[in-house]
Amino acid sequence: MTRLLAVLIVAVLYALHQDVWFWREARPLVFGVLPIGLAYHALFTLITSLALWAVVRLVWPAHLDQPRARP
Amino acid sequence: MIPAAVVFAYLALVLYIGIFAFRARAGASDAEDYFLAGRALGPAVFLLSLVGTNMTAFSVLGASGHAFANGIVTYGLMGSSSALIIPVALLVIGTRLWALGKRHGFMTPVQMFRDRWECRHIGTLIFAVQAVLLVPYIIIAVMGGGTTLQTVSSGLVPYWAGGAIVSLVVMGYVFLGGMRGTAWVNTLQTVMFLTFGTIAVWVVGSGMGGFRAAMESMLASPDTAPLLTRDRISPWYFFSYTFIPLSSIAFPHMGIFCLTARRVGYFRKTIVLYPICILAIWLPSVFLGVVAHQATDIPGDNVVLRLVEAYAPLWLAALLGAAVMAAVMASDSQILALSTMFTEDVFTFYGGTRRFGEAVQVRTGRLFVVVLTVTAYAIALRAPQSIFDIATQYAFAGFSALTPLLVAALFWAGSTRWGALASTLWTGAAVMAVAVLQAVVPVPPAGESVTIVSVAGADIITRASVGTLVLGMLPVVPMTVVSALLMVIVSRLTAASRPSDATLARYF
Repeated sequence: MTRLLAVLIVAVLYALHQDVWFWREARPLVFGVLPIGLAYHALFTLITSLALWAVVRLVWPAHLDQPRARP
Repeated sequence: MIPAAVVFAYLALVLYIGIFAFRARAGASDAEDYFLAGRALGPAVFLLSLVGTNMTAFSVLGASGHAFANGIVTYGLMGSSSALIIPVALLVIGTRLWALGKRHGFMTPVQMFRDRWECRHIGTLIFAVQAVLLVPYIIIAVMGGGTTLQTVSSGLVPYWAGGAIVSLVVMGYVFLGGMRGTAWVNTLQTVMFLTFGTIAVWVVGSGMGGFRAAMESMLASPDTAPLLTRDRISPWYFFSYTFIPLSSIAFPHMGIFCLTARRVGYFRKTIVLYPICILAIWLPSVFLGVVAHQATDIPGDNVVLRLVEAYAPLWLAALLGAAVMAAVMASDSQILALSTMFTEDVFTFYGGTRRFGEAVQVRTGRLFVVVLTVTAYAIALRAPQSIFDIATQYAFAGFSALTPLLVAALFWAGSTRWGALASTLWTGAAVMAVAVLQAVVPVPPAGESVTIVSVAGADIITRASVGTLVLGMLPVVPMTVVSALLMVIVSRLTAASRPSDATLARYF
């Protein structure tokens, strides 16, 4: 279930990256300087960081940290 | 001359880091210590060096030039897509590579492929394809070093001497410091990139009297207003670009770097903070590239460099010169990776280490670093840069198309060596075909395209000013999809050649 949720989060992020909704608009200028398309992707990057924090909590492969000894 | 002096001071510093790393090894002669820093990098160095390893000269310098020509779309195409795809690849593939390396002693992806699929010469073929795709980056770096030193010294250091100096410095710290020295230098470079972007935006903004007026002025002009939207590209083209960051984890220097962390837990912070690093480096670069249209006398090349030269005090312009040098020297990881691959996948695999010992293996690796750097320098003096610009462009697509190999090896017990062979051959052939197409069909004017293949009136393959397109998308999409299909179909057809149960038990 947690794995499914992690996959869903990544899929939603991927879909949000394809933002056709701000394709032809430059306004509003966020903070007076950032065109909306650029501000959106800057915000997307920040949200991605937060979402990945949740993803690693959900599906962190902790078992890999104790690898079996080499032959 | 101050900028040139600062750049030379920077070169001396990174060379010293290599010497310091050499001394830190305290005479250790084992290959794992030289090529993988003893699998003992700490969390901060692992994060910053991994970011630095991924930041090529293009990420830092070319992005602003791309934004100057194409507008804000550059950030979505290359920045924010990498911020999602690369950390996810690190989580899914990187952590597994780390664990397998720790468990079985692998030092290169090809070693893992050979073991996983019980193959010999197919592994050598994968090595050859990876090496061919990687070499152009090293040549481009030599060329960039020569040009940058020539520029910052106002022509006092000629191109050939600049290329030689940069080659010697990179060769020096890779030769002496191995992975440890390279990781420390990459860490320093990333810190420079992270701090420089913010400073550059602040200084240029102050110099231009703020960005508000510049943006309003761009919006008022029909020539520049489209640069603040994505009007000039199609959503399909935008979508297809998300396949490019897949290449990151398939690059051998990234695969090898995943093996250097002391603990798998160090991936956690890297995965979470990687997007923030992308934001801090790419956003200023893209923004300044776009806003440069409102500055006077700024040509399309080296946009950030020229903006800061125009608006920053001399000391800051000098520091920028060092940051630019750091960006063009990002080939260190590729040189070390090729050296690691040659010694492990060829020298050791064909009995060299068994016959001559590990100390000779390390010496062979160092000799390879020298031979590779000298060869890259010799080529850089003679060949035109445009050839290698194209080669690096399609190397990204090539490595994306090799990603199914990693996924199949790590997650699909049913994959076979013949599936891996089919994917590898397809990747090599597809990269070559696109490169030939690019060379043979002349570039059409911006906004126009030439149809190369059409079916029932529908354009399948076209040549546009942005490159070759397949159904309006970058070639990386069909290359990666076909590679994955070949892996599945050929593996199913050759199910009898699946590895033994004992081998599979080590992976699943």
